[in-house]
Amino acid sequence: MASLRDIKNRINSTKKTSQITKAMQMVSAAKMSRAEMNAKSFVPYMEKIQDVTASIALGSADASHPMLVSRPVKKTGYVVITSDRGLAGAYNSSILKAVYQTIQKRHKSNDEYVIIAIGRMALDFFKGKGANVILDIVGVADQPSFAEIKDIASKTVGMFSDENFDELYIYYSHYISAISQEVTSKKILPLTEITNGSDKLTSYEFEPSAEEILKVLLPQYAESLIYGALLDSKASEHAARMTAMKNATDNASDLINQLDLSYNRARQAAITQEITEIVGGAAALE
Amino acid sequence: MKTIKVSVVTPDGPVYESDVEMISTKAESGELGILAGHVPMVAPLQIGAVRLKKANQTDLIAVNGGFLEVRPDQVTILAQSAEQSGDIDLDRAKRAKDRAEQRLNEQKRENVDFKRAELALQRAMNRINVSERNI
Repeated sequence: MASLRDIKNRINSTKKTSQITKAMQMVSAAKMSRAEMNAKSFVPYMEKIQDVTASIALGSADASHPMLVSRPVKKTGYVVITSDRGLAGAYNSSILKAVYQTIQKRHKSNDEYVIIAIGRMALDFFKGKGANVILDIVGVADQPSFAEIKDIASKTVGMFSDENFDELYIYYSHYISAISQEVTSKKILPLTEITNGSDKLTSYEFEPSAEEILKVLLPQYAESLIYGALLDSKASEHAARMTAMKNATDNASDLINQLDLSYNRARQAAITQEITEIVGGAAALE
Repeated sequence: MKTIKVSVVTPDGPVYESDVEMISTKAESGELGILAGHVPMVAPLQIGAVRLKKANQTDLIAVNGGFLEVRPDQVTILAQSAEQSGDIDLDRAKRAKDRAEQRLNEQKRENVDFKRAELALQRAMNRINVSERNI
């Protein structure tokens, strides 16, 4: 049996760990509610831009744009959104696993796909696998502003237009609730699946022409899809971290309870032993 | 006078929402004025100011590109960033302007960075102008 002092040390160190995980849990909870609010305030913009894009793309048959047309796929781009830091449970590994499995199923060699990594975890993972990471961004803030990822989003969209790849998928963790997140994949480009929420299409006058507008609108639409996914995944990152830290705290307090029990048992055993020794000693003197 | 509902929306949330008499702004194809009852229309905007005329005041908003969408019942401006004149950080805009000017002096004309610096300069000037309301 471990000595009294050993057990005491373990109890103390477990308590310290649980204090840290508890603090991290509360920080994540606060960040999660902020991230949720950010994701919500983005919704009106997304709805609007989707509405307008759908009205123009579906409403006027003469409007065509390279981003709306599928072309033969020689190379595929994958945008992978993860966090910069770990300690978030299965958050990062489930995304990376999903992407990697899809890639292995779809592609035979590393030349057939490129990776756009958002977050250090994705960057390190794909670099380690020898994949071609063409763009990456690390150190995205917990509450990212649009300006922060505008650069990488517009470069990504630009690469599609320059035919560096012929289709673009995005993988991220969709926030369902504080306790559940889901790895989601979406095809961003080409934009063949635009639909608008309501069936009624407004017929617009275009100034100067539908093509000119699509030229500006479609890149902006694709960029906002990426930004929306980032906001969504930030919310689920914090939710995942909060749950992971809550589990850690719970486990620590279970462990402390058990250790307390064996500490008390060991102490009692020591006392009993002392008494027997004294009684034994006294008996020997008689 | 008849009014029309206007909302300015950016990825970081709605910036402005109000009923106004007239909207005037600079579209890619030229100056544009919109009153209530305009036909449905979509037009891309230049980096510039949007003037929103109400009964006794005019609100100014600096928009960074984006679109104007006119519907029978409301007008929506979708921009990647937009600020009301009161919300602009003038010092930051001035610093951005100096930085962009410096970069323009260093770069060659064909350079990609030259175009970016030019756009940055436009945005900064626009913010400064709107903030000082000299449009």
